[in-house]
Amino acid sequence: MIQFKESSLARVNEIIARYPQGKQKSALLPVLHMAQVEFGGWLDVPVMDYVASLLQIDPIEVYEVASFYSMYNLKPVGKFVFEVCQTGPCMLNGSDDIVAYIKQKLNIGVGETTSDGLFTLKTVECLGACGYAPMMQFGKTYREHLTKEKVDSIIEECRAKAN
Amino acid sequence: MGRKLLLEKAHVEGIRHFDVYRREGGYRSVEKALKMTPDAIVEEVKKSGLRGRGGAGFPTGMKWSFLAKPEGTPRYLVCNADESEPGTFKDRYLMEFIPHLLIEGMIVSSFALGSNTSYIYIRGEYDWIADILEAAIAEAKQNGWLGKNIQGSGFDCELYVQRGAGAYICGEETALLESLEGKRGNPRIKPPFPAVKGLWGCPTVVNNVETLAAVVPIINEGAEQYASIGIGRSTGTKLISACGNINKPGIYEIDMTISVEEFIFSDEYCGGIPNGKKLKACIPGGSSVPILPANLLLTTAKGEKRLMNYESLSDGGFATGSMMGSGGFIVLDEDQCIVKHTYTLARFYRHESCGQCSPCREGTGWMEKILLNIENGKGKMSDIDLLWDIQRKIEGNTICPLGDAAAWPVAAAIRHFRDEFEWHVNNPEKCLTENFGLRHYADPIHVPVEKN
Repeated sequence: MIQFKESSLARVNEIIARYPQGKQKSALLPVLHMAQVEFGGWLDVPVMDYVASLLQIDPIEVYEVASFYSMYNLKPVGKFVFEVCQTGPCMLNGSDDIVAYIKQKLNIGVGETTSDGLFTLKTVECLGACGYAPMMQFGKTYREHLTKEKVDSIIEECRAKAN
Repeated sequence: MGRKLLLEKAHVEGIRHFDVYRREGGYRSVEKALKMTPDAIVEEVKKSGLRGRGGAGFPTGMKWSFLAKPEGTPRYLVCNADESEPGTFKDRYLMEFIPHLLIEGMIVSSFALGSNTSYIYIRGEYDWIADILEAAIAEAKQNGWLGKNIQGSGFDCELYVQRGAGAYICGEETALLESLEGKRGNPRIKPPFPAVKGLWGCPTVVNNVETLAAVVPIINEGAEQYASIGIGRSTGTKLISACGNINKPGIYEIDMTISVEEFIFSDEYCGGIPNGKKLKACIPGGSSVPILPANLLLTTAKGEKRLMNYESLSDGGFATGSMMGSGGFIVLDEDQCIVKHTYTLARFYRHESCGQCSPCREGTGWMEKILLNIENGKGKMSDIDLLWDIQRKIEGNTICPLGDAAAWPVAAAIRHFRDEFEWHVNNPEKCLTENFGLRHYADPIHVPVEKN
């Protein structure tokens, strides 16, 4: 059965209390973020239904939001997700080369996951790090001023963590 | 170097924490504001000439004075920290390194507007910065600067951080409010404006991070002192996030009297173009504003030095000028391909269109495909006019300004660099391995004839 752990449920209630009575739907985006972290990195339909029941809204209200925002994964992803920015300023600083290098190094295409389930490569649009290009989102933070060597060391870091 | 009002203390060790921030003079503006009347604060902000720092440049004091105040209805202040305009990364810097400045500005502004619950809507990807803000808010609350009866004034204010989830459109204020209500970020039809019907149908003011931070020096030093910095209607200081092909990318706080040339080439700012390359073009205010070739960037069509301020950057209108926008300053050197760069921006807008209005939903996709064809040597000469036609049909025909924002970069690229597009069409093989280079400095009058 899908259920948040106790501490997460307390956090959900804390978030709902930020809004006026009856406006608990406002908690949807933050709660979906929490659900994605807690339930395997993506939002399966039963997870979204659970979130709907928590916030006392219809499941469709959750689906339409989850499908609108690019940070919610509606398909399973690898344990580590590389989201490489490719918009103008990053492109000027060689993001194409970084994407090509990761593809070759991990032997996957954009949007694909390695067969061992460790890595997913995504390309994304501007993440607000244009002065530190090229860059990618990696978990909660950014990795910036990327080079092939830096990509190598990030991949090593992930493999070490996975073992 | 001009005076710094926002980043003066950004490099003080430990400034992220309350104790250090307070020791350096933080929260003085709240002490001062709580002794003023809310209307007097609004008046002060009006007098300062502060203009919205998110991109539109609308006078902040005037926006505040539009706020409806019906009896018995709560009012809200929402900070727009959904910084997503390509080239723009200034708000991130403020929030990451000097979070208490934003909190201080929000307390003063909340008091002025009568908001007892205010929200910071931050883009979802700035996950770690949301944590920094929440920690700073907790510190402020612990020390009696947020919560009930702030500093014994009788004024209550709670401040909350809410993360978005990856949608540029939520930087548009009504889309932001929809998102904060837990919905898709579809912009609302205006009127009614948020000042009358905003968050949960209540009167709401939405302001950018840098705008709210600027309220602190305005209250501390007085509106007249603030307005004495800068020039004309560009008062105070502006944060510029500089990126692209420059030696020193980063955040610069400028007073708006310096020239564009000084900003790019002086060591105090961008430090010139790397590897001895020449300047080709620049987008001075975030990806939505018109790109300018080097000649028109550095001097206006009248032959005057162009300055880094609202009036000078827009001098000449869209025919020969651009805009201050959000201050996202993107520099392109001689090796860059305008077609490819424009393509990445068109792809961005297609990805970020919410899909409500057909001209934007369909038009952005068409522009992306046509630009990719031209970039890949598969374009036709008529495609260039077709692109022009599509952008004309998007501009002004959508609920929100994303349509305009998508149209302008394409229009400006064709307006100033048409010869580079034509070269791609005429050299389908060569354009895959070579760049057009610097042979442009296109005639600014060279605009395609409008077809009806």
